Amino acid sequence: MDYLEIVNEAVGTLAINKMRTGLAILGIVIGIASVIALISLGQATQQEIQNQIQSLGANLLTVSPGSLNKGAVQTGAGGAQTLTLADAQAIATSPQITDIQNVSPEYSRRAQVITGKTNTNTQVVGATSAYAPVHEISIASGTFITQSDVDGMRKVAVVGPQVVSDLFSSNPDPIGKSIRVNNVSLMIIGVTVSKGGTGFMNQDDIVYVPLSTAQKELFGTDYLSSIALEAKSPDLMIDAENQIGYLLLARHKLKDPSQADFTIFSQQDILNTATSATATFTTLLSGIAAISLLVGGIGIMNIMLVTVTERTREIGLRKALGAKKRTIIIQFLTESIILTFIGGLVGMGLGIVISLVISHVASVPFVISPNAVLLAIGVSAGIGILFGWYPARRASNLQPIEALRYE
Amino acid sequence: MASRPIIEITHLSKIYRNDEVETIALDDISFNIDKGEFVAIMGPSGSGKSTLMHILGALDKPNSGTYILDGENVENLSEDELADIRNRKIGFVFQAFNLLPRTTALANVMLPMAYGGVEKEKREEIARKYLEMVGLGNRMDYTSNQLSGGQQQRVAIARSLVMNPSILLADEPTGNIASAQADEIMSIFQQLNEEGHTIVMITHEPDIAEHAKRIIHIKDGKIISDSDGHKQKRIKSKK
Repeated sequence: MDYLEIVNEAVGTLAINKMRTGLAILGIVIGIASVIALISLGQATQQEIQNQIQSLGANLLTVSPGSLNKGAVQTGAGGAQTLTLADAQAIATSPQITDIQNVSPEYSRRAQVITGKTNTNTQVVGATSAYAPVHEISIASGTFITQSDVDGMRKVAVVGPQVVSDLFSSNPDPIGKSIRVNNVSLMIIGVTVSKGGTGFMNQDDIVYVPLSTAQKELFGTDYLSSIALEAKSPDLMIDAENQIGYLLLARHKLKDPSQADFTIFSQQDILNTATSATATFTTLLSGIAAISLLVGGIGIMNIMLVTVTERTREIGLRKALGAKKRTIIIQFLTESIILTFIGGLVGMGLGIVISLVISHVASVPFVISPNAVLLAIGVSAGIGILFGWYPARRASNLQPIEALRYE
Repeated sequence: MASRPIIEITHLSKIYRNDEVETIALDDISFNIDKGEFVAIMGPSGSGKSTLMHILGALDKPNSGTYILDGENVENLSEDELADIRNRKIGFVFQAFNLLPRTTALANVMLPMAYGGVEKEKREEIARKYLEMVGLGNRMDYTSNQLSGGQQQRVAIARSLVMNPSILLADEPTGNIASAQADEIMSIFQQLNEEGHTIVMITHEPDIAEHAKRIIHIKDGKIISDSDGHKQKRIKSKK
């Protein structure tokens, strides 16, 4: 009996009881579909996060006040007050620092932004002209903050598109209009191009003002909330990090890195953290999906055991007519592998459809990795062998006389 | 006769042990069957005839004694070797027909050839030949549940012949079919026997046994009579 015949016969047998075959397959379909959908969802989320973080600026290093040993990474205003404009200028002018091309001292804080009728709570960022190249900000209309705006402590602002739609929904061109922040009236001189992003990474919901204006007029501080720096190339990130670290330690009169009152982290660090977090998440979800696959496999075993019992006489007859143990094992294994293989294929299709729907609804990229598909097919065939083995063995061990007598 | 008997049974015993109870199913029996014989093995239920049929069919092994089938000692063979013997040397006809359900007559008859490794191309040709021989040339594509009892048994006979076995082993072949059709089955057996096939038939019905040339009576695991002195009841062939 060659393999084609065995497969033909198995398909014929499975086709006889379509309802049962369908139900047996269903468990595998659901298992494989959920594994594929969850893996692809996880990968899509990961890619989305990577895109967002990358869009914050390539080769970006950020110096924040406070140190890691004091707790979490410091973000936003209200952090330790250790970084000053002088630090930023020292980094920009020091002859020891060779791998940096742009230095953007920043002071940012959330504030209420008011126009005549409406108001919104948003991020107000005190920036210099270096901010735009470092963070890859482009201007849709008007201009960005210039050095003379900073030098002249001008009361001007550049706003993100989200702010425009929140405050000037009826008028898409807000240039020349004024907004009020902490009772200071600022004139809008530019609108940035939308960069997308959501939540705390939404770069469209920001009001940019000259750094000097933010420090002196709006918030009354001499300190910076961060210094963003652009390395000359990705390869120089680590060198640049070291150069800045030593310069700031010296400036702050600190002896060794463990005492540092600032933290330097690179875009890559954030990326790595986010990636490993989503990877963990994906693994967890896939693990849960794998359990449903296991349940599906047990379903297959159950059906195969019922089939073996039901077909005891048939097995006895086949043995009486000369079927060897191996032939019987192969016959039943083939049936269970076909069951799980079809289940795997259907489940794969369903999983891809689910991923497509999710990617549309949640507007994340649609990602199907070939690995996930290969894994699903391999696993489903593997389940067929694993859970088909015991029933097949049992069938092959039936004694022909007993089996023929079985009612 | 110069040639060796096709079945040689020597001092064969079979004892079933169930917990503490020992049941002697076959008690030191010996007999030979020559090529071309048509033997009926008769006995009441519990006489050991089913056990004998299982051993003759290489479905079971004796506790002691030897069984040589067509020159091959069936003792000490593994399960798979026994399967091979059954495939090549024994054609089974069961009381309950035992055809594969929802499978065509043709596919049923081809099954032993698949296990026996007969070339794929030849199987159908051989199966058709034997189905025509048992008079089912026009019903080859009927599934087993579309056929009457007698027709199913004829399919089973065709199936038993395709590997050209040394013996045909029939276990109550007419037990499940109406008497008119039973005559047809006996007629086929007699015809096959005339063509040279060796047939061993197990039955408890005397009028069925009379169709054979030789009748072996067993009771309580022993042979009580072995005669070919009776007059064989002939059924006129319809051909």
